[in-house]
Amino acid sequence: MAKVLSLAALLGLWALIAWLVQSPLLPSPLSVGEAIVADTRTGELPFQMACTLARVAAAFAIAFTLGVAAGYAMGRSPTIDRYADPWLVVLLNLPALVIIIFAYIWIGLNETAAIIAVALNKFPNVIVVTREGARSLDPNLDEMARAFQFTWQSKLRNVVLPQLAPYLAAVSRSGLSIIWKIVLVVELLGRPNGVGFVLGSSFSLFDMTRILSYAISFVALMLAIETFLVQPLERRTNRWRRRAA
Amino acid sequence: MNDVRTDGAAGPLEIRIDTKTYVSAEGKPVEVIRDLRLQLDAFSFGALIGPSGCGKTTILHIAAGLDPDFRGQRQIPGRGRLGIVFQEPRLLPWRTVADNIRLVLPAERSLEELHDLIETLGLGSHLSHYPGELSLGLARRVAIARAFAVRPDFLLLDEPFVSLDAAVAARLREELTTLTQRERVTTLLVTHDLNDAFQLADRLFFLSTRPAGVIAEIPLPPPRGARSKAEIDRIAEEVRSRVPGYFPDSASA
Repeated sequence: MAKVLSLAALLGLWALIAWLVQSPLLPSPLSVGEAIVADTRTGELPFQMACTLARVAAAFAIAFTLGVAAGYAMGRSPTIDRYADPWLVVLLNLPALVIIIFAYIWIGLNETAAIIAVALNKFPNVIVVTREGARSLDPNLDEMARAFQFTWQSKLRNVVLPQLAPYLAAVSRSGLSIIWKIVLVVELLGRPNGVGFVLGSSFSLFDMTRILSYAISFVALMLAIETFLVQPLERRTNRWRRRAA
Repeated sequence: MNDVRTDGAAGPLEIRIDTKTYVSAEGKPVEVIRDLRLQLDAFSFGALIGPSGCGKTTILHIAAGLDPDFRGQRQIPGRGRLGIVFQEPRLLPWRTVADNIRLVLPAERSLEELHDLIETLGLGSHLSHYPGELSLGLARRVAIARAFAVRPDFLLLDEPFVSLDAAVAARLREELTTLTQRERVTTLLVTHDLNDAFQLADRLFFLSTRPAGVIAEIPLPPPRGARSKAEIDRIAEEVRSRVPGYFPDSASA
């Protein structure tokens, strides 16, 4: 309820300021809403959002899979950690924009470069969090699994992943929000479609109505994914914790 | 029980540790065990008794095959299937009691076949609970059920009665006696509590302080588990004369 009220207040404030300034640089919520409806009817908005969402999904899948594997290896093996850590530090401190430019120059202005650039931006962060999780694995449970001769699949599913779950949930949440922001930059710089591309071309035309309608639509979409996908998944994995409390 | 064992499984459990060292925090090697020999006949119940910190748990780890870093030899009975109860129950908190047990079951066995085991340990009404919802006594029972569920050829118990109140511990002792006799499994109990050892075991191994070795081995007369106060006193008397360093205060409790 508080959330709804707070959002309504924000909307009201926006409407008030837009009414006061009466400028094309700040369109009213109503005209932005109309633009969203119009572009949804033509299919333009859903198409651009789908392009961006596909890139988000691909980059997320790559960064998550490779990052979890690398982070786990570094968390479990001090030797691997010693050798890989300097690379990780470099990657962590490389600005997103630099990675994007490198990818476009070396790989070309194509989809592969775009997705690799985004994945590479998120990758080190997934490693850092997963490594922390892998370091905190309970050695007692590991020993138990060895004593009872768990297969590696069973150990992964029943012993390791449940312990990593909170870390993986945190990394998915922060991951989605970071990734979609970087995807927009990648699209702005070198893709012929997607929300980032639309924002770029609207920027050159000073078309604030369009910028706001696309930005708001995409934020709403990411909020919906968070609420209806990420959160329920997290609740499911934490079921045992609540029961025990 | 529907457990049938082939005679092939009826070998002794033998642990020989010539030496076991570990490197201390200061980087110095510390010898914790020297010249230790343990031999348990098939289906017998041995108790390993020693002062705390003498390396009992290390010996148990070696016996379990969890610590290959020692000089010596380890011979395990039958197919070598191990059941183990650690000092902490070490259950998976995100799996129910039923799943914790089900996870270790050999392929040919199902949870339904374990009905007797689960009833003996009084776990019937707790199968759908998570470990966090259980008392320590119940969690220990689940750990014991899990150890028996694998149909072990040998069973290792690390202080399974520690930090339980007297009544709970007494009941658990009875249940363990019932189970080890019914399932016919060679068992090694690690304990610092003489009372537990006198009640349950048919062979006592007394350990020295570091580096640990066996300073006395005392066979006890059958039947174990149902020993009277008088018998326990007789055992305590013998222990007092053979191992003067161990004063069995707790045995009279």
